[in-house]
Amino acid sequence: MSQTFLGMPLLPVFGTGNLHASESFPKAAHRELGNAQLRANLGHATHTIRDKRLQVVSELPDWEQLRDAGSAIKESVMARLPELLEQFEKNFTARGGVIHWARDADEANEIVAGLIRETGETEAVKVKSMATQEIGLNEYLEEQGITALETDLAELIVQLDHDKPSHILVPAIHKNRSQVRDIFLREMPGADPALTDDPAKLAAAARTHLRRKFLTAKVAVSGANFALADSGTLAVVESEGNGRMCLTLPESLITVMGIEKLLPTWQDLEVFMQLLPRSSTGERMNPYTSLWTGVTEGDGPQNMHLVLLDNGRSAALADEMGRSALHCIRCSACMNVCPVYERTGGHAYGSTYPGPIGAILSPLMTGIQAEENNSLPYASSLCGACYDACPVKINIPDILVHLRGVDVDSKRGKKKIPTQMDAGMKAASWALSSGKRLGLLEKGLPLGRLAAGPDKKITKLPGIAAGWTQSRDIPAPPPQSFRTWWAKEHRGPDADGGPMPSHNKGDQP
Amino acid sequence: MKIALFATCIVDAMYPATAKATVAILERLGHEVVFPGGQACCGQMHVNSGYFKEAVPVIANHVAAFESDDYDVAVAPSGSCVASVKHQHPMIARSCGDRALEKRAAAVGAKTYELSELLVDVLGITDAGSQLGSWFPHRVTYHPSCHGMRLLRLGDRQQRLLNTVRGIDLIPLPEPDQCCGFGGTFSMKNADVSSAMLEDKAANITATGASLCSGGDASCLMHIGGGLSRQGSSIRTLHFAEILASTEQHPAQIAGEVQLLSGKAAQ
Amino acid sequence: MSARDEILGRVRAALKDSPQVPQVPRGYRATSGLDEKALIELLVDRLVDYKAQVAVVDAAEVPTRIAALLVGAQSYVVPAGLDSGWLAGVEYEPADGRRHLDSAATPLTVAELDGIDAVVTGSAVAVAETGTIILDGSPSQGRRAISLVPDHHICVVKATDIAGILPEALRRIDGTRPLTMISGPSATSDIELERVEGVHGPRKLDVIIAR
Ligand code: SF4
Repeated sequence: MSQTFLGMPLLPVFGTGNLHASESFPKAAHRELGNAQLRANLGHATHTIRDKRLQVVSELPDWEQLRDAGSAIKESVMARLPELLEQFEKNFTARGGVIHWARDADEANEIVAGLIRETGETEAVKVKSMATQEIGLNEYLEEQGITALETDLAELIVQLDHDKPSHILVPAIHKNRSQVRDIFLREMPGADPALTDDPAKLAAAARTHLRRKFLTAKVAVSGANFALADSGTLAVVESEGNGRMCLTLPESLITVMGIEKLLPTWQDLEVFMQLLPRSSTGERMNPYTSLWTGVTEGDGPQNMHLVLLDNGRSAALADEMGRSALHCIRCSACMNVCPVYERTGGHAYGSTYPGPIGAILSPLMTGIQAEENNSLPYASSLCGACYDACPVKINIPDILVHLRGVDVDSKRGKKKIPTQMDAGMKAASWALSSGKRLGLLEKGLPLGRLAAGPDKKITKLPGIAAGWTQSRDIPAPPPQSFRTWWAKEHRGPDADGGPMPSHNKGDQP
Repeated sequence: MKIALFATCIVDAMYPATAKATVAILERLGHEVVFPGGQACCGQMHVNSGYFKEAVPVIANHVAAFESDDYDVAVAPSGSCVASVKHQHPMIARSCGDRALEKRAAAVGAKTYELSELLVDVLGITDAGSQLGSWFPHRVTYHPSCHGMRLLRLGDRQQRLLNTVRGIDLIPLPEPDQCCGFGGTFSMKNADVSSAMLEDKAANITATGASLCSGGDASCLMHIGGGLSRQGSSIRTLHFAEILASTEQHPAQIAGEVQLLSGKAAQ
Repeated sequence: MSARDEILGRVRAALKDSPQVPQVPRGYRATSGLDEKALIELLVDRLVDYKAQVAVVDAAEVPTRIAALLVGAQSYVVPAGLDSGWLAGVEYEPADGRRHLDSAATPLTVAELDGIDAVVTGSAVAVAETGTIILDGSPSQGRRAISLVPDHHICVVKATDIAGILPEALRRIDGTRPLTMISGPSATSDIELERVEGVHGPRKLDVIIAR
């Protein structure tokens, strides 16, 4: 729990839970890259979804206008967050819902466990939710003697395999169909030994496995995709119907949601329900979306709870350059197009939030100095594919660069001996901030030529530059720089590049 | 038109032929090219590595070198460096609290163009063969670098120019929009991932059967070329400016042995 | 301090730079401009793409169509408020227990619903462009559970209830009702990101579009 001083919270208060990389990204990536099966599975899945997304996005003539609207709506939500939270609370409560506030992961877990205990149940069905993943709810409930049963197919696969999700939309994206079949045969009681790896058959097996649970569950735990401040309405977007089962059949429903998920009005939903499905599963619309506003007599759960979670969101909000990371609607488009994610998978990022958004969101929520999270903003070549794909136009590359700056600054003056990178950057700053100095250094180019030897390439460098030469040569430098050539030899239009070849002027080949 | 050349540090020091080619093209079109001697580097290596404080003097130097009214536009044969000049310079100046530098940087950025952008949008080049005399009888594929594509929205300008070079056999690259894995210090800090990306890029290039891979950023081309060289491939990389500058009288110099396309060589 | 006050305090403090509230540019389409014929065609195309079965019939033919679709069903449930004319074609023998009526006042249990083969409902509005049908719990659609648990959902969409695009549809409904947006039968893309139809929700969706 955070400290308080004279009634005012000390800012920022960072998040806890599954938001950390426990080993540095390059190290984790090295390991994951060694898994050829994983790379093949990820390559296949990400390429499938990329094509689907492009296809359905290109169908909409107003895609860019929708993105502009989505981005502006989210920006206004952040600017008006206190007011919208209070408005939502008022409306949700007026319709028979109960709101709980959780400062961090521990507090949220305790609240949920307490609410389940109050029902007298020891089992709850769950709809896939990033927020509960983030706070480690399942593990906490297990410690408390409560079984939380994941009902989303991919979550079920991961849970049965005692694995960790590696993608926010398709947590089992790192598994292919035959691996899924093997997991079902091994872990699913009563699975048909003749089960094939046909995805339809696998889905049917999951249906049978979960059916009884759905029909008898008394408590469900869910997340929420959107919350509308002006009405107190919550929305869950899903595909399989497991969401509808959990949101409709049990007596009690406990929803855990980050405070940033609000939208101001019902009208705003028309924007996000066009942006989200096309960006996430590459469908025109997801099979099912449920919306509910508090309790409806005779229809659905009669006990309705909502846990509003901070857990580092206010800290992210306090970072002016980084706050737009909170606009994220968890569609996963950025990871599906990311060349780094495609090769390392989600586990390399440590946190519940992998890929480009995870590389900014995790350190924003935990602070750059938490465990190995300062390695995350460097997990990008800054190619910009994520920014192009993001339905709410989060400028992820700019925030990555911003967080690199935060990281570098956080270490300034703290290290007794500067790292090789620090020293190199300092020297390069000196050399590259003057044409004269650079020109002088370029006089040394022939030395590099000498080092390159007769085959005119450099194949091994020491220190941090060894990373380069592990898979690439460096060409021998030229005998003189352009600058030198310009000063000494450039003689103007008719000499150096030649004028327009005369035979070619006017007469076309 | 009086055009100031921003050679960029990597081209200045490692690939002077690219800058010479840029000069040749512009002079061939009858423009005057000047080379502001104070120039050095755009500073994006510093910025992208998080060393904003160290980037400021580099940015200030660039702004000072290019803020003269003595030329009409500035041009650089690099999408990445131009994107840095246009977007990063004002942003870093602001984040370091230097509002005056921010304004000056924005003014310099506004008159700075990437080469294909200048050729197509400002100078109206639609056919390199007839308007520039470009002749390059080789089998070439082309990698559009990320920053040109996504930060400057260059679209297919470079590719269109290459397509109109006489004698060229331009072969489409599979998955062209995939990053080559360079990313500045990313290639060292995350060398394994970067290498994995490069591997796929190199495989796609090799699959085209081209003898050369062209592009608009010397840094990416150095990365791709370095990877191909390490694999023992004979495929070379060459900046598109050098292909545009190449004529029968002054054919582009290509390191190593590259086969001429038979039949198409002679005009 | 309560968690509520503390979180709200943190959020206020995080916004101490008083960021601007931007004007939301709503330049996206507000209507599709399609006529009824085009709307029906588009909706059919989308539903078929989702592997739903679709029939476009004149309003008078709805009862025959429903009866035909219910032929194999041992039992079916309808919301008490369903247009009784729609069931006119279905042979009705009160004693055989084939037809079940459900309402908030006299709800069937989940276990009872699980034993029922099919459900017939109306709908509030449909979205042609996305192939979406929206149920809002009004009398012709009933409680959410009845259109969820039976494995075969027969849903009647009136042609006049078809909107072209989502914004048009959402403007026609009350967002505070219990809403279910349905786009095809239940499906999953969780294995290798390839869509397969038929998971926990109804595996068979029959849509009758009534002109
Ligand atoms: S950052 Fe953007 S693209 Fe990535 S998951 Fe969030 S909303 Fe989707």
